Amino acid sequence: MITLSAVTKTFGKNRVLRGVDLTIPSGQSMVIIGGSGTGKSVLLKCILGLVHHDAGTITLDGQDVTKGDRDAFLARFGMLFQGGALFDSLRVWENVAFRLMRGPGKRPKAEAREIAIEKLRRVGLKPETADLYPAELSGGMQKRVGLARAIAAEPEIIFFDEPTTGLDPIMAGVINDLIREIVTEMGATAMTITHDMSSVRAIADRVAMLHDGVIQWTGPVADLDATPDPYVQQFIHGRATGPIAAVR
Amino acid sequence: MTALTAPLAAIGRPVLAALAAIGRVVIFAAQIIGHLFRPPFYPREFLHALMQIGWFSLPVVGLTAVFTGGALALQIYSGGARFNAEAVVPSIVAIGMVRELGPVLGGLMVAARVASSIAAELGTMKVTEQIDALATLSTNPIKYLAVPRVLAATLAVPVLVGVGDAIGIAGGWLVGVNRLGFNSTTYLQNTYDFLESWDVVSGLWKGAAFGFIVALMGCYHGMNSGRGAQGVGAATKSAVVGASVLILATNYILTELFFTA
Repeated sequence: MITLSAVTKTFGKNRVLRGVDLTIPSGQSMVIIGGSGTGKSVLLKCILGLVHHDAGTITLDGQDVTKGDRDAFLARFGMLFQGGALFDSLRVWENVAFRLMRGPGKRPKAEAREIAIEKLRRVGLKPETADLYPAELSGGMQKRVGLARAIAAEPEIIFFDEPTTGLDPIMAGVINDLIREIVTEMGATAMTITHDMSSVRAIADRVAMLHDGVIQWTGPVADLDATPDPYVQQFIHGRATGPIAAVR
Repeated sequence: MTALTAPLAAIGRPVLAALAAIGRVVIFAAQIIGHLFRPPFYPREFLHALMQIGWFSLPVVGLTAVFTGGALALQIYSGGARFNAEAVVPSIVAIGMVRELGPVLGGLMVAARVASSIAAELGTMKVTEQIDALATLSTNPIKYLAVPRVLAATLAVPVLVGVGDAIGIAGGWLVGVNRLGFNSTTYLQNTYDFLESWDVVSGLWKGAAFGFIVALMGCYHGMNSGRGAQGVGAATKSAVVGASVLILATNYILTELFFTA
């Protein structure tokens, strides 16, 4: 279980997170929604330690994430980045098998390649893709490779940062379905950041809305449409008028 | 703020910012040196960096050296003619190349070629979140990206300087023999007789220091690049300018240490 308590983060004069309280139960898929620039990615990076929060506590299974063995901590995570973040200089299979070829769980090259090809197949990519470079792939294929890399070492917790941004609706649907299937079959805890409502409905067990640096609303995805919260209603219906300023 | 303290604050702000920047670079360098001796090591990345920095810089360093050696011979000849000292051309070309021009011009050319390329590559990796991705894959970005490049540059640049020295002396010899009428054997004998081993070795030590500086600046500015194309452009510019200025400053300090102590 991941617990955030009164987490704050400021960049210069910009107070991005103003006291975030949130709990992500184990085995659940939590989706964070919110407008652009509200700090959703910062929140996720604070949990991973890629950005250091100013105050508050973040714990994983009761353990403060800023303390203890960082490699062991990160080994429990997989992450799909917004733009894929694939390593340009490595072939697709080397990207997928990156973690498998390094560190304490290092596998022989042939075995790592075999696992990578299996993971590529799992996300709907042909084995021939394995020897290409990321620049030779379309945006949708890059996302799938990023997804294969995120699940390659079978992590307990997977983060998805804007998994469908920049994809056409069909490809977005494919990625959403893949994420749902993979999270369910792996029994992983998932945290997804998105402002794509079709992703929210496809992926989420629970939803949290981040606005103005705090969690404005949180609840099961089934309650999303019925909640009277004006922020949530404005956001999910995409209204220009409401408590959330259209010009930020 | 009073009228009295405002000018002080205006001076203090950039001074503090400069000191903070120096502190960040020193900490970054200390982290790299610390990681040099601790596993895991990445030999594949090291060998790749060695090829990129060493082998592919040879043409530019060689061309720089040959023209510099030739020009140096002409200058010394025409300058020496004022007090009938034309005969010193071989020895001054040799000493000038191995002590100063070889390492400094080689270092500056490598700074232009390598610091820019490292900063642009790592800067792009930063803005496309590849460096964050490395961290989430339990791989320390400094260890994986910076250490192999800094080690490779520190080892490769002295070799480049050595090769550049030889090519520069050859450039001087070509001009001396074909343009200024020196006897080939006498020219080479004068060069050999006058040079001391410390002249050459001190230049190689300078090369090692300049290689470290070049890769350090490229990695530091690349890994701390701002957002977008503008951020990467600024990081690349800062890397080249920073490396060039540091090379010239370090050259002075090392010359003081090596030859006046």
